[in-house]
Amino acid sequence: MANIKINGNDHSLDGLDPTMPLLWALRDHAGIQGVKYGCGVGQCGACTVWIDGIATRSCLLPVAALDGQTVTTIEGLATNALHPVQRAWIEHDVAQCGYCQAGQIMSAAALLEKNPSPTDDEIDSAMRGNICRCGTYVRIKSAIKTASASMVASALFYDATSTEETPV
Amino acid sequence: MSHDNKTLNNPDRRDFLKVSLGLALTSTGGVSVMSLAAAEASGTLNAYVQINADGSITIYAPNPEVGQGVNTSLPMIVAEELDANWDEVVCEAAPIAQHYGMQFAGGSLSTPMRWDELRKVGATARTMLVQAAAQEWGVSQDALSTRSSMVLHAPTGRATHYKNLVSRASLLAVPAEGSVVLKTPDQYQLLGNRVVNASAEHIATGQPIFGIDAKTPGMVYASFVKCPAIGGVAKSANLDEIKALPGIIDAFLIEGTPGPYNFDIRESYTTQSGVAIVAKDTWSTFKARASLDVDWDLSAASKDNTRDIEAQALKALAEGKVDEEIERVGNVDDAFANAAITADATYTTDFVSHAQLEPQGVLVSAATGKVEVWTSSQTPVFITANLAKLLSVSPKEITVHQVRGGGGFGRRLSNEYVFEAALISRKVGAPVKLQWKREDDMAFDYFRAPTYYRLQGAVAQDGQLTGWKNLLAAASADGKKANYGASYRPFDFPGKVIKNVLIEQSFVPSQTPTGAWRAPISNVYAFAEQSFIAELAHATGQDHEAFLLNAIGHQGHIQEDDPASLNTTRAHAVIKAATRAAGWGRELKEGRGLGLAFFLSHAGHIAEVAEVSVEGKSITVHDVWVAADVGQVINQSGLENQLQGSVIDGLSTLAAQSISVVNGAVVESNFDKYPLLRMPQSPRVHVDVLNSGYSPTGAGEPALPPLAPAVCNAVFNACGQRIRSLPISKEGFTVV
Repeated sequence: MANIKINGNDHSLDGLDPTMPLLWALRDHAGIQGVKYGCGVGQCGACTVWIDGIATRSCLLPVAALDGQTVTTIEGLATNALHPVQRAWIEHDVAQCGYCQAGQIMSAAALLEKNPSPTDDEIDSAMRGNICRCGTYVRIKSAIKTASASMVASALFYDATSTEETPV
Repeated sequence: MSHDNKTLNNPDRRDFLKVSLGLALTSTGGVSVMSLAAAEASGTLNAYVQINADGSITIYAPNPEVGQGVNTSLPMIVAEELDANWDEVVCEAAPIAQHYGMQFAGGSLSTPMRWDELRKVGATARTMLVQAAAQEWGVSQDALSTRSSMVLHAPTGRATHYKNLVSRASLLAVPAEGSVVLKTPDQYQLLGNRVVNASAEHIATGQPIFGIDAKTPGMVYASFVKCPAIGGVAKSANLDEIKALPGIIDAFLIEGTPGPYNFDIRESYTTQSGVAIVAKDTWSTFKARASLDVDWDLSAASKDNTRDIEAQALKALAEGKVDEEIERVGNVDDAFANAAITADATYTTDFVSHAQLEPQGVLVSAATGKVEVWTSSQTPVFITANLAKLLSVSPKEITVHQVRGGGGFGRRLSNEYVFEAALISRKVGAPVKLQWKREDDMAFDYFRAPTYYRLQGAVAQDGQLTGWKNLLAAASADGKKANYGASYRPFDFPGKVIKNVLIEQSFVPSQTPTGAWRAPISNVYAFAEQSFIAELAHATGQDHEAFLLNAIGHQGHIQEDDPASLNTTRAHAVIKAATRAAGWGRELKEGRGLGLAFFLSHAGHIAEVAEVSVEGKSITVHDVWVAADVGQVINQSGLENQLQGSVIDGLSTLAAQSISVVNGAVVESNFDKYPLLRMPQSPRVHVDVLNSGYSPTGAGEPALPPLAPAVCNAVFNACGQRIRSLPISKEGFTVV
């Protein structure tokens, strides 16, 4: 049966129905509830997590398909400090009801980890799988741009400091 | 929700301060003491304000939070009058208790209904802290001031934090209501600022704060399967087979009540009939449903077909069939006989679902005499009494916890899912987490009603709108009165503005349940009215804005004693602000258009201008300019968010959302057939908030109604095609 790493910790999913979607394994059995149920058919994106770093809908993914893989949820996104995307979400006061936002943040962070300076079209394309019923798209887009600027700036900082061999 | 304007005028509960003044104290964390007078009067330790030993100040938000931001804005009102340091304020949801009054979220009323009350709470607490400081220092109260959770004595330079004064303050008598002075708006330090929502960090880090996240020891999971043809009754099912499936704890029928179902949020405690499946986890309940075979008694089930409803409605309107007169002013026959130009157009809208992103769900523990409920209800205030009747227990044995909801939009006003879970919990003898599937949520909604308006207008030789007729076809379960949201409510415009008005209705049979959907009636009627105004302007060769301003006229505040009534000065101001921001009248490229609409609902005067481009049947909405007057701004950030979100919601709904019904059963089951707007379709939204100096009114609803007519007027301006049906996909249009 599946053994997976969730937010850095090893988990055994022994005893679970192998057809159980990761969403419900996380919520009902692993005690990880930031991931949300919205539609169950991969349409809304509220259940978005990272599988080996790739933003994935967890509501359609059976746990049996996951052996040896690494799952990151919203609870595992911040390491020492909040991820720049999380900080930007707070700064822009993005959320209304907030139910979709964990999924939005996981999609946005996955985009920026790959492409720190996306164009508007690239943002649209990466985020089209995440529905916000409250309609916070205007702020989501602004927050992604703020996070992008922050990630680019810190990458430059690290580049600059590393060439000067300054301890970071 | 009902739109009883009296609620705005009379925030009632005059004895409020006596029974619930909140100045509770904590020494080491727990609530220990509060004002003795308040405690004596109420017999309860309730509080809005709790000053903690570490200097933090907990302020309780009494009304449910489903995304409208009152968890932050209501405490801000208290904090303003208290002169609390906002950085030290902790916002918490209040318990559900009688002394908190009407704990519900509907009708955009949370802010206006609490405005006076919460200001007095803050000001009274501040006064008592000042009195305590005066006693402690032996100085006159008049020499003291407050700022940022501190009392200051300027002559001596003494200053102390509120936390040092609570013990003494708690022994003081509550000041008489008239002796407490409220601030004037020019003194506000906090209200009107941009304040980040109190739950923003919890949301961004995935904390388990939603209804779906509630847990209690020993809980089991349940799914409840109802009759696809709404109102049918479960006769039997293959329960033994279901009970043998992996993870299943129990399966049983719930008798329920046959249809049709009224939208009765205050008194009803009935559930629909169905089959409960209880299991050790959510997935096991969902999976077992695929094996479930139910024999339904369809005798009471709805026989609705949306095609028939629409055909009958359009026939009634074409034939001029009238069952009831709603409003009559002046003499419309004369107005139409003397008109230079008349117009006649029929507008329709379909059933729509709320589609709040968190499907209905609840945790109820009703195994024993002590009942506990964790719910994201918009009407927790109505749960206790009804649940007591359903379970035959004393209301005193019921505790209701309000938990953040993943969207509301009116869906969470009815509590039938709470009653379902209570019955299941009682039967299995364990706390039950009931989770509706998305498919349940879409099939068993109290939908926005379909509407059919035939509008006729008469414009006199001088270009003035002098006659207005509206014959509407209203869905009706009994043929005697309209189903919820299917009819018309006399608005100030046109009824109190245009000289000759006749509103009549014809009933068409429908049993599909309908209820309050964000800005009920206004959300559909505004589309018809504001589109038709543009049609009349065009037919008479007038500029739309000029024609609209002229039609609204200059009467001023139409009912002075009613803050929710039309104020033509405020209407003109928002219309002019929106058109100015959008550059109304500027040259546009081929295929581009601007469209304007104004509507007053829930006391909010809102104008919107949309800029679109149309290629064939593909519509791109580029920008929407919103000008809003909802009185005093509480939280600028929260308000702008509501206004932006209302625009997106309006566009989402007009594009392609339609619930169809065949033989009483809903056809669309999920977001693949019931699409919500996605980011690539989303326009830029520019918000201009006009601070008119009026008392604050709610912002969750009023910016939605003008969006559809603004966009459809822009489409006409761009390409000459007049859209008269929502969703616009019915006329072959798509939003790209």
